[in-house]
Amino acid sequence: MSRQAGKASQHRAGEGTEDHGYPCPLVQTVALTRDYPGIRALDNVDFSLRAGEVHVLFGENGAGKSTLISMLAGATMPTSGQILFRGKAVEFDNVHAARNLGISAVFQEFSLIPQMSVAENMFLGAEERRRGFLHSGAQTMKARAVLDDLDFRLDPTERIDRLSRAEQQMVEIAKAFRSDLSVLILDEPTASLTVHETDHLFALLRRLRKQDVGIVYITHRIAEIREIGDRVTILRDGRFVDTVDAKSTSEDELVRLMTGRVVGEVFPKVSSEPGDTVLEVRNLHTDDGSLNGVSATVRKGEIVGLAGLIGSGKSRFGKACFGAVGLRRGTVTFKGERIPKPTPRTMLDRGLLYLPPDRRDDGLMMMRPAFENMSLAAVGMRPFSNGWIVDGRRERKIAGALAERLKLAPPRLDRTTEQFSGGNQQKLMLARSLTSRFDLLIFDEPTVGVDVGTRSAIYEFIAELCEIGAAVLLISSDLPEILNLSSRVYVFFGGSIQVELAGDQINEENVLASFFEREAA
Amino acid sequence: MAIRTDTTARPYSGIFGLPKKLFVKLGILPFLLAIAIVIFAAMSDNFLTGRNIMNVLRQSVYLTIVSLGQMLALVTGGFDLSVGTILALTSVVGALAMASVHAAVPEAVWLAMAVGFLAGIGAGTAIGVCNGIGVAFFNVSPFMMSLGMASVGFGIALYLTGGVPVYGMPREFGDLFGFGTLAGIPLPIYAAVVVAAILHVVLYRTPFGRYVYAVGGNIKAARLSGIGTRSVLFRTYVLCAALAAFAGMLLTARLDTGEANIGATMPLLSIAACVIAGVSLRGGVGRLENVILGALFIGLVQNGMNLARIESYLQIVVLGALLILAVIADQIRLRYLASFKD
Ligand SMILES: Nc1ncnc2c1ncn2[C@@H]1O[C@H](COP(=O)(O)OP(=O)(O)OP(=O)(O)O)[C@@H](O)[C@H]1O
Ligand SMILES: [Mg+2]
Repeated sequence: MSRQAGKASQHRAGEGTEDHGYPCPLVQTVALTRDYPGIRALDNVDFSLRAGEVHVLFGENGAGKSTLISMLAGATMPTSGQILFRGKAVEFDNVHAARNLGISAVFQEFSLIPQMSVAENMFLGAEERRRGFLHSGAQTMKARAVLDDLDFRLDPTERIDRLSRAEQQMVEIAKAFRSDLSVLILDEPTASLTVHETDHLFALLRRLRKQDVGIVYITHRIAEIREIGDRVTILRDGRFVDTVDAKSTSEDELVRLMTGRVVGEVFPKVSSEPGDTVLEVRNLHTDDGSLNGVSATVRKGEIVGLAGLIGSGKSRFGKACFGAVGLRRGTVTFKGERIPKPTPRTMLDRGLLYLPPDRRDDGLMMMRPAFENMSLAAVGMRPFSNGWIVDGRRERKIAGALAERLKLAPPRLDRTTEQFSGGNQQKLMLARSLTSRFDLLIFDEPTVGVDVGTRSAIYEFIAELCEIGAAVLLISSDLPEILNLSSRVYVFFGGSIQVELAGDQINEENVLASFFEREAA
Repeated sequence: MAIRTDTTARPYSGIFGLPKKLFVKLGILPFLLAIAIVIFAAMSDNFLTGRNIMNVLRQSVYLTIVSLGQMLALVTGGFDLSVGTILALTSVVGALAMASVHAAVPEAVWLAMAVGFLAGIGAGTAIGVCNGIGVAFFNVSPFMMSLGMASVGFGIALYLTGGVPVYGMPREFGDLFGFGTLAGIPLPIYAAVVVAAILHVVLYRTPFGRYVYAVGGNIKAARLSGIGTRSVLFRTYVLCAALAAFAGMLLTARLDTGEANIGATMPLLSIAACVIAGVSLRGGVGRLENVILGALFIGLVQNGMNLARIESYLQIVVLGALLILAVIADQIRLRYLASFKD
């Protein structure tokens, strides 16, 4: 029975393959289906990957992209359907089985062991040995070679839990590179990377493509599709929509295929009329030396962008303002009041909310229902509670309205957070910014893993927040986001502000130029 | 790697459909309860009598209250191994205080009882305060902290009594809190109901209750949401100890003596009751209603085994095995949950 199904779809998928002269795709799926309780995450999807191509998977949050690749990589098993590898049916019951065929994956959610070093993580399960004993010296050297190749500036002996999310992403990517690679799967690898790291990753992908490695690439950054992709497969609601050529298909067309409708401008017009100063920071130094002497101001009704390379201190600065990092020196003034020792509680009470960049690690309770995650920061305050008793009914009502506003899919707030797709988890966390009237919102990478449609919804509400008089500090490694939304930009380098740009000065050239060490001018 | 010949079988078809669905939804506990009732009813005619059921409920009161406290600790992602010691210390200190007041002013029975209750519960809660300080403020692992305090508390209880039971409490204490009834129902049962009701409100209606789950769900996220995680952890361990101490006083009333070696099995049994009830050892997950059922189930098994004249040493074997079985069943359930549509 399954053989027949195989033939039928071979025919369909074959149309494209024959005229390109590929006899048999590297990896092919036939009517691949995966069910989760109450949801069909992937519905009869036929997909094929050729050797030497970069095949982009594109689709809204929850479309089933991660589900598809997790089956290709052996992390989950299909409910029905088949996977063919070089024309032969295979069944992976774990990641190891897939790796044995040279299929290597970087998942959206990391699988690193926090207490181990970068090198130990990179070679986990394939440790460097000498006469049966671990040989850590050689391992560190090999790890360094891979990292250098990628131009990722990481110390192989550093522990994972000391790294930022973006740096961990780099380790994840490095981990997937091995000598006998045949298929490389990358699930939103650049979501928290800046241009610099992305460029190096792409250079490497091009090299792999020449070596006939098949690459599956998931991204929500539409510009990347043209830059690196060969073909694009679009998924919607778990179903296959189309496979198109990456270079000749316009962005609008891609978005239309993805959403089934025409989406207008992604970035809204932000009308910025800065009012009083909300946050004023002078000469800030952190305990760990990651910031040394940062001064900045944020005013009512403006969006201030923070740009900079990974490790430049932009993210640290957001955390420091919120009081989540120990301060050694400097002053923080919020709404005219000098805060001698900021802590998250004192800052929240005064109207500052910070949303962390790493939703899984710092943001969400994965085992708890979705609505609890939305109300977390405000559940002890009005209107959720009177301080003593939580008003459960009102809580659900507010959460329901927020879910609708952010287009949460599926809008089932009693599900545990784990059951939502990556982008929808992000929405759950973002919903917190609407649970109370905050005067300053610090968003650190707010659109990590968020699809284009939702992204514009998120930008819309950031712009709205700003219009009703809140101040926004936008920390992002996504350059278009910074360029299009901010009315002022601080560019960080090496733990201090390298330059402040405003108005017409905000353009790609100026921002990028300040990403690196300045010559003394 | 193998050729795939068949698609996965459809779930919930055939005669096992319904039980499987129930299992996935509710966990192992309803099945264990049903099996236990059937087996013990078959083994002993007395098992299903109204009198015996009341007996089971009354005997389970102490474990239920302790398990509720244990659940709080488990939900925050820790646990409390000192609950047994807390029972013992409470019993000894409460009995000593009550007996000495009673000896000094024999006519002031209520005064003696009040002083005894305060002293006993105070002493037990003090252990929780230590646990809380260690876990919340010095980041000692709950395992080491409560294990250490278990030894400290037990040592103190033995030292205070020299290992002999404490007598001399007013008669009324035992008559009322140990054996008293109201409308035919033993007083300790009322006590457990009140405790459960209050705790239910605290856990599911107050911000504090939410914070307990949040700390276990993701402590970093809780901290960044402005929740005072240290204070939540501290209060959790104090509350857990206070509940255990209350159970200790009730048990003392029942035994009519203060004893240093009651409660030795409490850590295991209370954790077992929670785990059987689906409380996650990794924190963040668990429902109060289920924990009560879990404790009742263990009470039921103990009672059934007594009636069936199973030797007490063997009973310990059975309880340990049940705990492991429950954990395995929970894992199986998680697997089903991932692969079935509901
Ligand atoms: N473990 C799970 N349990 C239940 N449902 C799940 C689980 N994982 C995913 N789903 C559901 O399957 C659907 C597809 O999810 P998937 O993660 O594949 O989306 P995605 O395309 O990768 O989205 P994103 O861009 O947001 O990462 C979603 O509706 C999601 O809610
Ligand atoms: Mg995904």
